[in-house]
Amino acid sequence: MGKQYETVIGLEVHVELATKTKIFCSCSTAFGSAPNTHTCPVCTGMPGSLPVLNRQVVEYAMAVGLAMNCQINQYSKFDRKNYFYPDNPQNYQISQLYLPICHDGGIEIETENGKKVIGIHEIHMEEDAGKLVHDDWEDVSLVDYNRSGVPLIEIVSEPDMRSAEEVIAYLDKLRMIVQYLGASDCKMQEGSMRADVNLSVREVGAKEFGTRTEMKNIGSFKAIARAIEAETARQIDLLESGEQVVQETRRWNDDQGYSYAMRSKEDAQDYRYFPEPDLVPIVIEDAWIERLRASQPELRDAKRARYVAEYGLPEYDAEILTSAKKLADVFEETTGLCGNPKKVSNWLMVETMRLLKEHEMDPEDLHFSPANLAKLIRLTDEGTINSSVAKEVFELVFAEDIDPDRYVEEKGLKSVSDEGELRAIVERVLADNPQSVEDYHNGKEKAIGFLVGQAMKATKGKANPGMVNQLLKELL
Amino acid sequence: MANVISDETMEYVGILAKLELSDEEREAAKKDMESMLDYIDKLNELDTSGIEPMSHVFPVNNVFREDVVENGDGGEDTLANAPERRDRTFVVPKTVDQ
Repeated sequence: MGKQYETVIGLEVHVELATKTKIFCSCSTAFGSAPNTHTCPVCTGMPGSLPVLNRQVVEYAMAVGLAMNCQINQYSKFDRKNYFYPDNPQNYQISQLYLPICHDGGIEIETENGKKVIGIHEIHMEEDAGKLVHDDWEDVSLVDYNRSGVPLIEIVSEPDMRSAEEVIAYLDKLRMIVQYLGASDCKMQEGSMRADVNLSVREVGAKEFGTRTEMKNIGSFKAIARAIEAETARQIDLLESGEQVVQETRRWNDDQGYSYAMRSKEDAQDYRYFPEPDLVPIVIEDAWIERLRASQPELRDAKRARYVAEYGLPEYDAEILTSAKKLADVFEETTGLCGNPKKVSNWLMVETMRLLKEHEMDPEDLHFSPANLAKLIRLTDEGTINSSVAKEVFELVFAEDIDPDRYVEEKGLKSVSDEGELRAIVERVLADNPQSVEDYHNGKEKAIGFLVGQAMKATKGKANPGMVNQLLKELL
Repeated sequence: MANVISDETMEYVGILAKLELSDEEREAAKKDMESMLDYIDKLNELDTSGIEPMSHVFPVNNVFREDVVENGDGGEDTLANAPERRDRTFVVPKTVDQ
């Protein structure tokens, strides 16, 4: 009792790379096709088939490694990891054990407790397994090998994290780096990013690590945070009651909020790795590394700083706009076309975010063209349409990518800015609403709002509200 | 024969390889493995200090493919050997027990 514990966490994150083809054959990696469409003798492990490495996989793995400040192994090779499971038709997975492509890096995270570097132990390339669907009714499993041979990188951290908060910050940073590089979309819900959590607890001040458990394939950031809290509590309870933590793999059930030990995979975890004889080594010359380094895109931290320095945006705007690569891309392209970063930022941060939320979409799903947003901004800048019309038009830009110039012209939405026309309308509004006019003269300033509203209504929302205000004050 | 393989080792290797061997087969395999280990011992007599471990027998590196889709729908060929199928999937004994 009264002992203080700390949690020690290391992560293994699997990321499915955004290549068009699998790692060792030219089958498509497209998601969502009929089962076993994208299969061939190589990715189903037929005897005599020969894997050939996809160059793009090496480039993505190196790009991620460089962005995570890793060393590149200039002599790298593949190894065979042997195990029997129906999701793996070869009875082995081609992976990298002895000479992984990247090692010894680190990325900086920021939490309420300040900044901290989380070490990257290594990044290796490997192939994904097929997908099993369990049929509880008939006690069978159904296998689809479309995912078999899809390229993965596994990013193995050092056991440097001490809380769920740090883990989430690390995952968020990692995802942002990989997305900005275009190496993966990192969609956890589609399984293109999966995390295994290695966790142990120890008394504060202890030098040795405690015995760790591993929780595999947890499906969302929130579930990972809950799994960490629960596993920490479970291990502390064991230690407090004088029991020992057993080193094992556990499955987290997020609906029920507890984890249980996985027993069904064979007891023996003996993978008998050996050098993969079907693949030759990879030799990476300095020039290749330098070429990649030179072509690395701007990453999030740099972009965020630049938005503040170059466009004069508030930190908060820069934070939101760079929170998804797609959003940052739309921002930059639109700003390039209309030259008004603050207005572009406002459209993206307010209306775009509202509509994304309303339609339960991710920023990656945005599909309107920056040219049309730029046109809309110009129409408002020139006073051709007023702000409420602009919002209506934007909803159509967002949903259907319409051309605002043509739409405003066709629907006759140009704001009424003709002074003679507006003056006549305002005069009629005043004549029709004597009570409000009297209220205004008796000191009820609010009455003017009602009169503006009436004038807007009379022009079907197209009046220039500034001019209406001015005319009202003049004529009252 | 310098190397002796125990019955426990034979059983363990059998589990890993998912093989069920008869007594005769087990004895024969045991003898084979013992002679293989003897051969390895012979190799171990060589002084290999200062020699890089070899990763591959061919003096070839960097064999790559470009990232271009060339294969079409291979589903029917892949499923042709399925002992049991349902629609486009393989049916196997259930893999997860809870």
